[in-house]
Formats: sequence, structure tokens, C-alpha cells
Amino acid sequence: MEKKLIGRGVLAGGLAGLLAFAFARIFAEPVIQKAIDYESGRDAAQAALDKAAGIAATAHEHEMFSRTIQADVGIGVGLILFGAAMGALFAIAYVICIGRTGRLRPRPLALLVAAAGFLTLYLVPFVKYPANPPAVGHEDTVRDRGTLYLVMVIAAVLLMMVAVYAGQRLQARFGNWTSSLIAGAGYLVAIGVVMLVLPQLGHLSANVEEYGRHATETPLPLRGPDGAIVYPGFPADVLSQFRLYSVGAQLILWTTIGLVFAPLAERLLAPEVERAGAGRGQPARV
Amino acid sequence: MSNAAAHPHAIATPIVTAETRTILLLLGVGFLALMTYYFIGLDQGMTSVFGNSTVLHEFFHDGRHFLGYPCH
Repeated sequence: MEKKLIGRGVLAGGLAGLLAFAFARIFAEPVIQKAIDYESGRDAAQAALDKAAGIAATAHEHEMFSRTIQADVGIGVGLILFGAAMGALFAIAYVICIGRTGRLRPRPLALLVAAAGFLTLYLVPFVKYPANPPAVGHEDTVRDRGTLYLVMVIAAVLLMMVAVYAGQRLQARFGNWTSSLIAGAGYLVAIGVVMLVLPQLGHLSANVEEYGRHATETPLPLRGPDGAIVYPGFPADVLSQFRLYSVGAQLILWTTIGLVFAPLAERLLAPEVERAGAGRGQPARV
Repeated sequence: MSNAAAHPHAIATPIVTAETRTILLLLGVGFLALMTYYFIGLDQGMTSVFGNSTVLHEFFHDGRHFLGYPCH
């Protein structure tokens, strides 16, 4: 049974990744291209400034894959594989939950597990360290940023497990509604503390040294020796659009996993549900 | 079936119990999924098991940014 469920989860995830790719190709790629154009323009302006100041130009990094490959194939393969992996993790959580969640039916359980996946593996980490388009993010802090992002993901997942466990323990005393609210509020407070303790990306020591103390790594305007702006800061509209689409793609991904998996699991688990109903000498209500 | 009596419409028994075979299956699948998560998003960026190369990084470039991974 668990093998079948995990197989369905991976399948649902792959399909979800495909849908997210269709969305990304149509809506996100033009925004990503704008960010890359900004980056090229900025590099050119920086090179001109360096030349004027007598600094030797650094070698231009050569492109390993064309933009077409990155935008048409790379992101597609990435999203489908990511979807399949998330579908597998989703299915693992789902099979562990089965039989341990009281009267919750297979289909609503699928939606709840998908919602937990969306929250813990993407949205909660995103709130602290949001997705950034190309041109946003400094090369020398990538290791720190990667570590901090993973800390956020792990904290979001572990605290969610604690919240679910605590909610189930409290259920006997307070009932479903109140225990869910208590567990949810506890999760918010705990994750809020984690977010407060972790540093802002702009406050990493490498960033403070080179750029001064700013909250984020979003590029500020480039100034010439006289202080005049020679190239603008990163466009706010491109940044906000990119992030909105990033959230949209993950929402599509996790909603699809939940909605595709739910009926498949219902069908697989139906005999078990009937047996449980028959145990009381009544036909099961489905 | 005592569980079923307490919750008349619940699924009777947990599928995942302390059985070694099941736990190994879940651990195996979980490991593969996390490896995929790592190679799509983080390898050849923050750290690299394939050494000093950027093939994965460049190929998944757009996806990395879009999925929320830290990049560059």
C-alpha cells in the first residue's frame, strides 16, 4: 500500500511540476529576462566606470548554456524534478499520517498535507528569505545565504511537526477547533522567534564591509566618482513581479499535488475505510 | 479494530508501523527526494560535490531563482 501511495505521490508531483513549468514559461521568463538585461546593463556601466578609473577590465564569464536552453529546457527539467521530489516527500508525510488523524477522510488529509508542504518547504522560508531574480544577490555570500535558507526550511518543518503533535495531544482536552488554533498560534510565535534571531541578508559581514549596512542585497543605484547616478537601482516592479510569480508557481505546484493525489488515495484506501465502517455493523458512509 | 470503534469513520489502522521494511522504504525514498532537492537547487552554488564546475548551476539557473533557492 505505501509503495503504491508513494508512486502516486511522485506522479502527482511530476505533473504538478509540468503545470508550474507552463506557468513559469509564460509569465516568469519575461520577468527573468528583464532582470538579466538589467544585470548586463549594470555590468557594462560598471566596466565603463572601471575603465575611466584606470582599472583593468575583468574577463567576461562565458555562457555555458544559451538563454534559450535555460529558459525552455533547464527551468522545465528543474521544475518537473522538483515537483517529483516534493511529491515523494508529500507521500511520505501522507502515509505516516494515515490511521493517526482521527476521522479525517483520505481526500481532505491530502489537501492538508499539501498545504503543510507549501508552508514549510516554501512559503515560511520565503517570508524571511524571499526568492530573488538574477542580478539580486552577491556572489561572495552565496554559502551563507544557502545555509541560512536551509536553516529556515528545517526550522519550518520541525516546528510544524511539533505543532501537529502538540495539537493532537491537546485535542483530547480542548477538542478539534481549539486545539488546532492553539497549535497554529504556537507555530506562528515559534517561527516568528526564529525569523527574529536569524540575520537579514544585507547584514552579513561581507555585505556590510563592501556595501554598507542595508537590509537586503537588492542592487542600489550605481554612482560615478562625482556621486551622480550612472545606472539605476534594481527596478522595484521587476522584483515584486518575480516574487509574486514565484509564489504563484509554488501554489500551483502544491495545489496540484493535493488535488491529483486526493482521489487516487481515496480509491486506494476505500476498502480500508469500508472495513472500518463495517466494524460497527453499519455500511460505511463515503 | 479498537481504533475503528473509537472513530467510526476513520481508516482503521496506520499503514506505517514500526516494521523495519516500511521504515527503510520511507528512508530510502526520502533520501532520494532530498538529493534531488539538493542537486536542483544547491550543488555547485553554496557547495559542490562535483567539484569546481558550474554545469548544474547554469542548467538549472532560472529554476533555482524561481523556486526560491539562494543563487549567485
